[in-house]
Amino acid sequence: MSLISIIDYGSGNIKSVYNAFNYLCEEGKKKLIVTNNYSEIKKSTHIILPGVGAFQSCISGLKQISVREVLEEKVLNDKTPFLGICVGMQMLATVGHENGIFSGLNWIKGEVKKIKPTINKLKIPHMGWNELEFKKDTNFIKELRKKTNLERVTAYFVHSYNFFLENESEKVVTTKYGQEITAMVSKSNIIGTQFHPEKSHNFGLAFLKTFLECEEF
Amino acid sequence: MLKTRIIPCLDVNNGRVVKGINFVNLKDAGDPVEQASIYSKNGADEITFLDITATHEKRNAMVDIIEKTANQCFVPLTVGGGIRNIKDMKNFLSVGADKVSINSSAIKDPNLITKGAEKFGNQCIVVAIDAKKKSNSWNVYINGGRIDTGLDAIEWAEKAESLGAGEILLTSMDKDGTNSGFDLDLTKIISKKLKIPVIASGGVGSLDDFVDGVKFGGASALLAASVFHFGKFTVTEVKKHLISNGIDVRMDYTKS
Repeated sequence: MSLISIIDYGSGNIKSVYNAFNYLCEEGKKKLIVTNNYSEIKKSTHIILPGVGAFQSCISGLKQISVREVLEEKVLNDKTPFLGICVGMQMLATVGHENGIFSGLNWIKGEVKKIKPTINKLKIPHMGWNELEFKKDTNFIKELRKKTNLERVTAYFVHSYNFFLENESEKVVTTKYGQEITAMVSKSNIIGTQFHPEKSHNFGLAFLKTFLECEEF
Repeated sequence: MLKTRIIPCLDVNNGRVVKGINFVNLKDAGDPVEQASIYSKNGADEITFLDITATHEKRNAMVDIIEKTANQCFVPLTVGGGIRNIKDMKNFLSVGADKVSINSSAIKDPNLITKGAEKFGNQCIVVAIDAKKKSNSWNVYINGGRIDTGLDAIEWAEKAESLGAGEILLTSMDKDGTNSGFDLDLTKIISKKLKIPVIASGGVGSLDDFVDGVKFGGASALLAASVFHFGKFTVTEVKKHLISNGIDVRMDYTKS
């Protein structure tokens, strides 16, 4: 039986992520929990790291409840499927530049920097529905395409910072907002989204379903 | 490119959806959870709930409505009306609301904007402004449009932004319920001045009114209640009209 763990480290918006997975789990034999407990995380088959708020407060939240070690064990060693959402994705970076310079998890090399309001008209945060551009046809994207039409598909974004990757090949999906915005990253068993799949309607549900069903990203 | 958002608003009184003309003469238009579900299926980019229940004791119904809606609608949900403090915000956010909208309470205690933004993030805090024209400017009204605060709407919007608001929900009291279009002058001035998104509200009656809200008002999002409730237009009809006028909107829900 699948055990899907949403990591609770004091960040907001866990309920929305929970609701979306709960909606998907009702059909199958999957158990969904919200947890920061070592042994529960250790038993998980899928791990989700949500994140709303500032980079630094999220990172220190993770450290405070000391789940970083068990996450590294599960994700980096055991290769458990992992999904980071919004700041949950940004925290995968080496460094975050929000209100200072802070170390991230460094699972995917790169830096998180403020979106440039290139044109005066550009509103920050980047908030709302934006169209996705698929840069790579990973196995995950292929599986996702079987579930939903990806042509001109949109997702819901709310953020002011952008993930600049050291290795471009780990950038799978982008969107445009006066500049290229990293929308999805992927490396081995790790994926991360800048957009909120739990708030992205039909596409978002298809995305989360793919995360639960896909054997290899 | 970022899409213009279409946001149906559900005015809720004692757990039921209503929508009045100029804030009085309320009519019943059904069950909020069911309506929100229909809107979500039909392409609403967000859904806003506004609690207009007069007595505080009866407001618990709203928490239940948000919780039930959040279990089945996977688009952003905003709730407003009677939110006075951080605890009220938390009550809604913890059952699945994504944003809270504050109006009178932000006027009474502007620090509530900052406290809310620090606790839940700027994106969570929508400051709702009810503005009414006064010769060459607009004043801010509170308590459902009953009290003139004497504050200038433009100055208040700028202050709300500087205090940490993530968005402004701008309602024209003169236009609300009239079906004669948004107050474009007001919307344009505030949209231009602020860096945060402005949601235009109050007054849409025709499909062209939506177009004007973006083209002339410069709004990032358009909110409407009556035209959707009483079936004058569907969200998709509005979006198709916007597209034919060169305004980009989310249409991917029409295919799957």
